[in-house]
Formats: sequence, structure tokens, C-alpha cells
Amino acid sequence: MGSFIYSVLGDPFVQMLQMPDFLMQVVWEGFVSGILYALIALGFVLIFKASGIFNFAQGIMVVFSGLTLVGLHELGVPAFLALFITLGVMYVLAFSVERLVLRNLVNQPDIILFMATIGLTNILIGLGQWIFGGETKSMITEQLWLPTGSSVWEPGGGLVIFQHIDIAAAVIAALLIICLALFFSKTKVGRALRAVADDHQASLSVGISLNHIWVITWFAAGIVALVAGIMWGARSDVSFSLQIIALKALPVLVLGGFTSVPGAIVGGLIIGIGEKLFEIYWGPLFGSGIEGWFAYVIALIFLLFRPQGLFGEKIIERV
Amino acid sequence: MFYRESGQFKSSYKEDMQAFPIREDKIGIAVWLLLAYLYVPFFGLPGLEYGFALNAIMIPVLIFTITTIGLNILVGYTGQISLGTAAFMGVGAYSCYKLTSYFPDVNIIILIFSSGFFAAAVGALFGLPSLRIKGFYLVVATLAAQFFLEWCFIRIGWLYNFNPSGAIEVPQREAFGFIVTGAAAEPVTRYLVVLTILIFLTIIAGNLVRGRIGRSWMMIRDMDIAAELIGVRPLTTKLSAFAVSSYYCGVSGALMVFMWLGAAEVESFDVNHSFLYLFMVILGGLGSITGSYMGAAFIWTFPLVLKEIGKVFEINPTVMENVSLVAIGVMIVFILIKEPHGLARLWQLGKQKLRIWPFPH
Amino acid sequence: MKDIAQGYMTEDGRQIGAVLMELKNITLKFGGVQAITNASFDIREGEIRAIIGPNGAGKSSMLNVINGFYHPQEGEVWFHGKKRPSMPPSEIARQGIARTFQNIALFHGMTTVENVMTGRQLMMKKNFFWQLLRVGPALEEETVHRRKCEEIIDFLEIQAIRKTPVGSLPYGLQKRVELARALAMEPKLLLLDEPMAGMNVEEKEDMSRFILDVNDQYGTTIALIEHDMSVVMDLADRVVVLDYGKMLADGTPDEVQKNQAVIDAYLGVEN
Repeated sequence: MGSFIYSVLGDPFVQMLQMPDFLMQVVWEGFVSGILYALIALGFVLIFKASGIFNFAQGIMVVFSGLTLVGLHELGVPAFLALFITLGVMYVLAFSVERLVLRNLVNQPDIILFMATIGLTNILIGLGQWIFGGETKSMITEQLWLPTGSSVWEPGGGLVIFQHIDIAAAVIAALLIICLALFFSKTKVGRALRAVADDHQASLSVGISLNHIWVITWFAAGIVALVAGIMWGARSDVSFSLQIIALKALPVLVLGGFTSVPGAIVGGLIIGIGEKLFEIYWGPLFGSGIEGWFAYVIALIFLLFRPQGLFGEKIIERV
Repeated sequence: MFYRESGQFKSSYKEDMQAFPIREDKIGIAVWLLLAYLYVPFFGLPGLEYGFALNAIMIPVLIFTITTIGLNILVGYTGQISLGTAAFMGVGAYSCYKLTSYFPDVNIIILIFSSGFFAAAVGALFGLPSLRIKGFYLVVATLAAQFFLEWCFIRIGWLYNFNPSGAIEVPQREAFGFIVTGAAAEPVTRYLVVLTILIFLTIIAGNLVRGRIGRSWMMIRDMDIAAELIGVRPLTTKLSAFAVSSYYCGVSGALMVFMWLGAAEVESFDVNHSFLYLFMVILGGLGSITGSYMGAAFIWTFPLVLKEIGKVFEINPTVMENVSLVAIGVMIVFILIKEPHGLARLWQLGKQKLRIWPFPH
Repeated sequence: MKDIAQGYMTEDGRQIGAVLMELKNITLKFGGVQAITNASFDIREGEIRAIIGPNGAGKSSMLNVINGFYHPQEGEVWFHGKKRPSMPPSEIARQGIARTFQNIALFHGMTTVENVMTGRQLMMKKNFFWQLLRVGPALEEETVHRRKCEEIIDFLEIQAIRKTPVGSLPYGLQKRVELARALAMEPKLLLLDEPMAGMNVEEKEDMSRFILDVNDQYGTTIALIEHDMSVVMDLADRVVVLDYGKMLADGTPDEVQKNQAVIDAYLGVEN
């Protein structure tokens, strides 16, 4: 019993102290995947804020956009043109979702809208496999002028490796988040969007077109998905199993709150770094593969104590 | 013979509270039962090869109907979304496997029913957060169940008796003197066992949803705050829904492995299957037991039909698979837009038309 | 004000009994907002008690305190002569407090009769295993309660919509179904949150008649919130007036009508 307690509460920390460079490596990798979780979660937050829809299809949008990009390139389209066309595809997707789905489901209960997005997920999986095939593809990293290779840092005789693509992912994600923040705080559309997020009825009455706003937010979520798809694809590859990984944005949202952009970022980092640390240092105790559920269980425990998330507002129920 | 309720007077509340108050409905059910027990076991389905009809269509559809009824209790009747269905089925399957390893002489059907209780316990455990959290947050809780249990099915060797392949393989077991599981079991035996269990569980579900417990579920679904102010205890109500729902899933999971697949690995219980069962519920009709039958049958047979069509036109089968994914997705969205209560509601509307025919006003 | 220590006789000759519920110095806050400040009043057995006040006066919050949906920061709730500890609303419902809601809170997926049956939930005792068999005692129980519900449905004259899903009913009827559901609970204390809001004169007359009949036939104590002053003055035995969460007055309709503070609150003060 004593040795078990030591192996839970003592040994992992001793290991961390003994090899600080390895710890840094683990934290860095957790940080990068955390950023990407945050990016996927951001797509959810955008749509949830603007329309109150919990868009289950956000995960598959990541895969679908990455797949479209690579698939187009495979067909011989130059990389940047393919990127441009993919953006167009994401716009068409946003437009058709609004026109064919959202518009017809206005005022339905949330659960119905949520299930509709699960249906949408199915459609996108089917379409993606149908058009581009179901096999795993590798991202066109170099063609998009994204860096490859790695740098080594040797703090005090240790060894930490930074993949350049990871650095790029962190930087691009940060830039994207800043751009979105600016877009929503400085532009007219952004202000309209925040009005819609606050109160649908009131914004309708001051002449904001909900339909227009929905297209824009879904498109923005599509762009975020595309960036997440490129980055994730570049770190591993583009496959449909990515969709399951993208689901981890859900526990991120639970931690951060469904409507908070900073929450999504902090939540993403907590989950990303937390699960890597846990997998590496405590994983051997349980048998590996903890990464599959760690995020969910943390979110679950967290929910019991703070149902509104880290940054969410406490809901006062009324009757 | 018209479908009509006029002239059929109910003289007691008992008569009015029956499952099928209209005489023609009773006759319809009797016909279905006769076909299921007397036609299918001998002739299969018209136009299909006998073994295929039973093994590839009837048995899985009946098993998934049990799953769908179970999930419908949670989603359709209680309004709690779950994406952990497949994992709860897995709990049933692995429990049944362990039970029959420990008690090889006990009637396997008793063990199948018992294994549902393990699933119910696990389901209730993961349903606990539903007291504090609602809606989409619950999706995360059920996904936690899904992924955690999947991990258990891989990592805990004891669950599959440390079988090097990691799969559970169904041993031969007898019940009432017939071989019902294992490779030697006749399809018709398995079919009849599954059919009988389904009918039994359908009756129970029907009783539950029409009575006090079903009403408390629906109260929570329709307006949880009002339900609480009327005196419904949210915790017990939600947990009972999770437990009953997971019981059905557990039994269907055990049946799936023991009466249909014969062997199973964790892939049979992954999250994609959870989506599939949710689709069966949505398409069949939220909050309808009849709909559960239709949903399970439709979602299961639709890709098979498409595959056959593909063969006729010599289309690549993987293309047809993707087409059916897209088509099912489109149908889900369409049905949610047009008729959130699914095929069951369409059926009801049809009957309603018939009831007032030929004077629709 | 009359001496009401031992109960009193109303103008129409009904005997009002002892104190059923007493609220002592209730204060309720939401964050920095003071919804109710130091309000105290009682509700007596058999009485029709009205709570009135302008919008935002804290009337609905008061009902929510009474049926335990909100927990006041300060003050005590006494019910049946005992101090009530803080408990979940479902337990308070079990003690015999039923209510209707300002924005109708019916179960939209169910029919009228099913909605009324939900009021009987607490009285149905047969356990899970009887429920799943639905024979013998369980079916008997269901029938007994169904009969009771049908009585209430007759009483409120909603027989014709018995099997209609409540979502498709017009507003006035929904209000009536909600009242039926509350009555099915056979409450000791019935709380009505604006039972006549949004109704036309005819519907209001019907509803007033039902409220009086309920009080008369079942002896139910009723506390109601209402905006229509003529209705309040007709129905209520005693009236509490709230304004910005504070008690302005408490007394018979006549007394309240003459109270200067009430007149000021409703008509504005001339400076």
C-alpha cells in the first residue's frame, strides 16, 4: 500500500525533478496540442455564442477542411490555390448549413439542433470519404511554406527538441485568435455578432439579420477548423480518426465555459498539458492509453464542482 | 373493415389506459406476432435467402431494437442525451462473458438478463453528473463513459479472460435443451430467443412509460423545474432512467455478442456505434416505442438495400457505403426539420388520416 | 385591522382558521440586487391571500421563497407551526404546496389528462416492480388516481380537451390545465402566479369562479399574485402589497385601497 502511494504521489515528481529537460519536452508537447484543442474549441464557442447551437460537427469540419485541401492538391491544384478553394468550400458549407438546416430549425429545442449537427457530421464524413477517399493522407506542409525540421535546445546539459511546425502552430494559432478578437471587437459585423450572442430578439429588433450573422460565424468556425486541420495534419496526418481527437474540444469547453474565448484557450492548455503529463508520469501505473479518456474524466470531475466552467457565468434559474 | 374507433366505447378507465385501445391496432399486432413466430422461422423473409434473412437482417434488427428502446427511454422520454450507448452495451456483453465463464451451467438466458444489471449500475454511475449538469454538458459526461469504458475493455485483460486476441469468444451454451449460443447454434433458435426477449422487454418498457415512472421521466424532459416543484426528485428520476436505459443496452449488448456476432472486440462498442444507435432513435421517433422498431429496422437495412442497388448498377461498394452515410445524415436533418417525432409520428399521422377517412374535416 | 389572532369571519361568512404559513423577516438577494427586503406576513387556513405590487416588486420571488425554489438569505418560513429548514423544492411539494406559473409551465409533450396525472405522482406508491408489470395493485392505483383526475377535469370543465397534447391548446385553456394539475396534488396551500394574466374578461370571470369554487369546495388555502385590481379586490380576503421588495401594506382589500403608501406607489407621489 505504501509503495502504491509512493508511486502515485512521490515517484512521478522525483522523475520530473531528475530529468527537467524531459519534463520541459512533455510540457511543450502538451502545450502545442493544447493550443490546437483550444483552436477547435474556439470554433465551437463562435457558433455557440452566435446561435446557441452546440455544433457537434466542428470536429469533422476540421477533418473535412484538411482533407479538401490535401485532396485538391492531389488532383494537381497548386497548394495556395487549393487553400483558397478550400476557403471557398468552407464558405459554401456555412452558407448551405444556414440555408438548409439552421433556417428551418429556428426556435426548435436545443437538443434537436444538436442532433441535427450530428446528422451533419454524418453527411460530412460520407461526403469526405466519397470524394477524397477514406485513406490517411499527409499534409502538404512544405508546399504551404510551413517550416519542417527541428531545433535542439540544451539547457544545462539536457535536451529539448522543438519541432518547427509546433512553433509555427503555436504562433499561427495565437495570430488567428488575435485576428478573431479584433474582428469581433472592432468591426461592424463583430459588434452585430456580439449583439446576437447577447439577445436574439433584441438584435432582430434593431435590424440585424440573424441569417447573415449565422453564415459569417459558421464561416469563421470553418476557417478556424481549416487552420486546426492544417496544423494537426502537419503534426501527424490527415485522417478520419482526427475526428475522435477533435471531440476532446468538448471537455475543453466544459473547463472553459461554452461562451468564453479565453476560457477555451485556458481550458485547451490545461487539458493538453495535463493529459501529456498524466500519460507520461502516471500512465504506467494504469497501463497506457489514458490520453483517450483523461480529458473527459477531468472535465466530469470539474463539472461536479463548477458546472458553469472556469469563465462561464453562473446561471440563475427562473420560473 | 375500416380503421375506426367509433362504436368502440370504453366503459372503464382500465380499458381507456390500454396500450392499444383501438381494436384494429390489436388485430395488427396479432398479425405481426403471427408472422414473426410462424412465418419467419420457417421461410425467412420473402425474396431473401433464409440464412441471410435471419443472420444479417432479423437477428441484428431485433437486437438493435432493444438498444433503441433503451436509448429512447433516456433520450426520448427523459430528454437526457447519451453518446455512451455502445459502451453500456459493452458492459452487458463483457459481464455476460464473465458470468458464463464463472457459471457455465447456468441457463445462458438468465445470465443475459443478469448482465443487464451490471450495465444498469455502470449507467447509473455515469448518470450521476446529470443531476448537476444539463444538456450538452451531459454529452461530455456520457462521452467520458464511452472512452473510459472502451479503455477498460482493452486494458483490463481479466474482462476477456486474458485471451491473447483481446476478443471475447462466445462458448457453446444451452438453454431448455437447445443450443442457443456458439457456432453450433441454429439461426432459427437464436432468432426465436432474441424475438421473445425483445417482446418481453417491449411490454415492460410500454408499462413503465405509461405509468408513474414514465410520467416522471417525461416531466423531467418537458420542464425539469416544474417537475421538481411538483415533487419529482430529479436525482432518483434521472438515475432510474439511466439505469433502465442502460439495462436495455446491456441486455442488447450481451445478445449482440452471444446471439449474433459470436465474438467481439472493443471495436463493436466504439463511439461510432453510439452515434448509430442515436440515429435509430431520432429517425424512429423520440419518445416512441413503435418508433424504436422502425428506426432500428430502417437504419440497419437501408445500407444493405443500397449495397444491393449498387451491385445491380456495378457501383463500388465503398461508394455506396458513403452514399448511405450521407443519405442517413440527410434524413436525420430532414426528419428533425419536418417531423421531430420521426417515422413513428408519420405512421400515426397516416393512421389518423385513415381514422377520419373519407371525410377529413 | 381586525383582530385576527384566532382566525376571523370573512364578509361572505367563511370561517378563516389558524395560521398555516408564516413568513418572518424574509430578505432575498441576487448578487447585489435586493429582491425582497425584510418582508413578514402570514397565510391562514382557508384564506385567499393576494400579493400585489408593481412590476419588479418581488412578488414572484416571494412565491419562489414559499415553495422553496429560492432560499432567502435572512428570515424564516414557518409552515404548520414549525420552522421549515432549507430543503429542495421537491420535498416542499411533498409537504402539500402546489403552484401554477406566470409563464405556463406545463409538460408540453403530454396530453391534458397526463399533465393532470402528474399532479398525482406523489400519491402513487406502488414500487418499480409493480410499475413494470402494470397489473393488479399498480393498475388499480393508476385507475383510482385517474378517476380523481377526471373529477378535477370535470370540475374545471376541460373534458373536451382531455386527450389533446397541451402544447396545441390556447393560452386560457393551458392556464386551466395548469390549475387542474396543481389541484390534482390536493395541496394544503395553492400558489397561483398571475392566474389571469393575458386573459380576456370572459376568461377572467371563468378563472375567478374556479378559484372561488376551489377555495369553497376543497377548502384549499390560496395565495395568488394578480395585476388586475378589480379581480384582487373581489377575490382576496387579505392583501399584501410589495414595492421594490419592501412591504407597503397588509390588510383587507378595503384597508389596502385606502392606504396612502399604496396609492403613492401605484399612482406616483406628487412632490
